[in-house]
Amino acid sequence: MGTIWYSLVALMLAGYVVLDGFDLGAGALHLVAARTDAERRAVLESIGPVWDGNEVWLLAAGGTLFYAFPLLYASSFSGFYLALNIVLWLLVFRALGIEFRMHLAHPLWCAFFDAAFSAASILLIVFFGAALGNVLRGVPLGGDHYFFAPLWTDFRTGANPGILDWYTVLCAVLALVAVAVHGALYLILKTEGDLNARLRVWVKRLWPALVALSAIGLAATVFVRPQLLDNYRAAPVAWIVPVLVAAGLAGIFYFTRTGSERNAFLASCVYIVATLVGAAVGLYPALLPSSTGPANSITISNAAAGDASLSIGLIWWSIGMAVALGYTVVVYSMFKGKVRPGAAGE
Amino acid sequence: MNDALFLHRIHFAFTVTYHYIFPQLTMGLAPLIVILKTLHLRTGNPAYNQAARFWTKVFGINFLAGVVTGIPMEFQFGTNWARFSQITGGVIALPLAMEGVFSFFLESAFLGLFLFGEKRLSPKGHWWAAFLVFLGSWLSGFFIVAADGWMQHPVAYQRLADGSFQLTSFWGVLANPWTLIQYAHTMSGAVITGAFAMAAVGAFYLLANRNLESGRIFVRVGVIAGIAASVFQIFPSGDLHGKYMAAHQPATTAAMEALFHSTTGAPMVILGQPDVEKRTIDNPIVVDKALSFLIYGTTRAEVKGLDQFPPQDWPTNIPLLYFAYHVMAGLGTIFVAIMAASALLLWKRVLFGARWMLWILMLAFPFPYIANTAGWFTAEVGRQPWLVYGLLRTGEGFSANVSAANTLFTLLGFMGMYALLSIFLIFLLTRLIGQGPEGGAPAHAPATLSGGEA
Repeated sequence: MGTIWYSLVALMLAGYVVLDGFDLGAGALHLVAARTDAERRAVLESIGPVWDGNEVWLLAAGGTLFYAFPLLYASSFSGFYLALNIVLWLLVFRALGIEFRMHLAHPLWCAFFDAAFSAASILLIVFFGAALGNVLRGVPLGGDHYFFAPLWTDFRTGANPGILDWYTVLCAVLALVAVAVHGALYLILKTEGDLNARLRVWVKRLWPALVALSAIGLAATVFVRPQLLDNYRAAPVAWIVPVLVAAGLAGIFYFTRTGSERNAFLASCVYIVATLVGAAVGLYPALLPSSTGPANSITISNAAAGDASLSIGLIWWSIGMAVALGYTVVVYSMFKGKVRPGAAGE
Repeated sequence: MNDALFLHRIHFAFTVTYHYIFPQLTMGLAPLIVILKTLHLRTGNPAYNQAARFWTKVFGINFLAGVVTGIPMEFQFGTNWARFSQITGGVIALPLAMEGVFSFFLESAFLGLFLFGEKRLSPKGHWWAAFLVFLGSWLSGFFIVAADGWMQHPVAYQRLADGSFQLTSFWGVLANPWTLIQYAHTMSGAVITGAFAMAAVGAFYLLANRNLESGRIFVRVGVIAGIAASVFQIFPSGDLHGKYMAAHQPATTAAMEALFHSTTGAPMVILGQPDVEKRTIDNPIVVDKALSFLIYGTTRAEVKGLDQFPPQDWPTNIPLLYFAYHVMAGLGTIFVAIMAASALLLWKRVLFGARWMLWILMLAFPFPYIANTAGWFTAEVGRQPWLVYGLLRTGEGFSANVSAANTLFTLLGFMGMYALLSIFLIFLLTRLIGQGPEGGAPAHAPATLSGGEA
C-alpha cells in the first residue's frame, strides 16, 4: 500500500513539473524572448487559461502527500520552512503579474508586471530545483525525524548543509535550463512569426547546456549520494529510465531540427518525467534520506498513514483524479492550436 | 505562553482571516450570479446578463485573491503545525486533498470557460458553466468545513499506538453532524456577504443617479437573497449550531456567554465586559432566563458555568471569544432588521426612492465581513485549548523545530505581501465599480480562450 502511494505522489509531482513547468519556463524566457507588447501578450495568452489549473497539481500533490505520508509532509514542510514560505510569496507575486497585467493595460504597469512574472518564475524554478537537490542529498534529520535547514551555511554538502550548497545550486541551474527549454518548446507550439523563430534560436542555444548540465548533474548526484545506485544494481531493468532521459534529450534535438513542434515538446516531457522517475527509483524506499545516518531517514514504512486510512483514501483519490483528469483534458482540448493575439478577439 | 507557539497561532490566524475575506464573497456571489443568469434565460432581458457579467468580473478578481491566499493555508499545516499534521494527517488531509483534487480543479477549469467562453457557448451552456463554478466553490467550502468540523467534533477515527489518528470511514467524516450544521451556517453567512455587497453597489448607483437599471436589479436581487440568508443564518442554522455546541462543547458555550457560575434560568448578556479574574461582568445588560430558553427551550433549565470545568480546559482567551461571539450575534440580528426593512419597502415598491434606506444598504456592506470573521473567531478561539477537541492540545501541535524568530520573519513577510495585494485589489474593484456594468473594457482579454479556429 505504501509503495502504491509512493508511486502516486511521485507521478503527481512529475505531472506538476511537466504542466506547471511549461508555464514557469515561459515566464523565465518572457523578458528575453518576447520583445514587443503583442509578443508578451501572446506568451500570456498561451498560458492564460491553463496556468492556474496547472498550479492546482501542486496543491493536489501537497494534499496527497499530507494524507499518505503525514510524517514526511510535517517534517519536510517545517524543515524547509524558509524556502517554502519564499516559494509561497513567489507564487502570489507571479499570479499577480499574470492576472493583473490583463486588467491594467497601461504600458508602465505592463513593464512592472512582466518583470514580476518573469523574476518570480525564474526564482520558483530555482527553488524547486534546489528542493529536489536537497531531497537527493539528504538532510540532517534528528532521532525524532525532524530538522530545520537555514537557507545556506557554508555551501558544502557536509553534515550541516543549508538549503543552498554547491550541489543544490547545480540542481537549480539544471532545473532552470531544463524548464526554460520546456517552456520554449510549449510556446513554439502555441505561437508563430518572429516570436516563434526567436524561441527556436533559444532552444538551439540552450540544448548543449542542458546536455552538459544533465551529465554533470548525474555525476554530482552519484558523488554526493552513491547509495542512489543501489536500486539500479539490484534491478538492472531500471536502467531503462536513464536511457529514456537520454532519448528525451536526443528527441528535443532531432524534432527541433525537423520542425516537428509537437514531438519536440513531448520529448521534453519524456526528459522531465524520466529524470524525476529516475530520482524516485534511486530514493526508494526512502522518502527523505538523512545525512546523519540511515536510521533517522524518513521512509515509506515509518511515514505512511495507517493501512485502513490508505485503503479508504485510495478509492476517493481515484475518483477525484479521474474527474480532475477529465476536466484537464476538456480544457486543453478547447484550447488547442496557435494563439493569435488581436485576431482572436472576435 | 511559549513565544513560538503564540507566533505560530498568530501566523495562522492572520493568514486565514485575510484569506477568508475572498471566499466568503465568491461563495456568496456564485449562487447570485446563477440567479441572474437564470433570470436572463427566463425573461430574455439582456440587463440581467449584463448584471451577471459585471458580478462575474468582481468574482474573478476575488477568486484569484482567494486562490493565491489559499495556497499558503494548505502548506501552513506542514510548515507551522508539523506535529498536528503528523498526528492527524491520516484523517484531515483527506478532505483537504479532496478539496484540491475535486472542487479546485472543477472551479479552475469551469471558471476559465465561464470568464472567457461566453461568446463560444450557447446561453444555456454558459448557464451551466456558471452553475458548475457555483457547485465547485460550494464543494470546496464543504471539504474545508469538514476538516474543521472534525477538529471541533472528531468522529469516524481510531487512534494508533503511536498517537496518530486514522480514518475509519470517510462518509463518517463527511456526514459529521457538527460539519453539516457548521456548513449551513458558514454558507448562509457567505450569501449574506454576497447579498449585502450586491445591494450596496446597487444602492450606490441609485443614490448617484447612474446605471439605474443595473442598480435596481442589484438592489432587488441583493435584498431578496439578503433577507432569506439573514433569517436562515439565525434560524435554523445558528439556533441548531448553538444547541449542538452547548451539548458537545459546554465549556465553550459558558465562555462565549461569560457564564462563570452554573445558573438555573441563565440570562443572556447583551452588553458588558467579562472580568475573568473576578469572574463577573462589568456593567451588564441582560435578558433574564433567555440563555436557558435558547439552549433548552425552557426558562427553568440549568446552564453549566465555567466553574464546572477545570481551568486548564477553559478556552484560553475568554474575553476575545466573548466579544467575537457577541459581535457576530449582534450584527446577525441587525442584518435581519436592515434586510426586513428593505424587503418591506421593496414589496411596497418604494425602496428605490427611499434614499435613507439606500444609504444604509450602501454603508452596510463591510459588516457581514466583520460578522463572518467574528463567527470564525468564535469557532476557533472557542475550540481552545484544543486542536482536536478533547483529544489534542494546541501546545502539542506546532512545529517545535521552527524558531520564534523564523515564524515572526514569515509573518511579517505575509503582512507586507497582503498589504500590497490589498492595494491592488481595492484599486481594481473601485475602478470596476466606477466603470459600471454598462461601460469599460472587458476585465479579461477575450482572446484567451479563442484558439486557432477563431
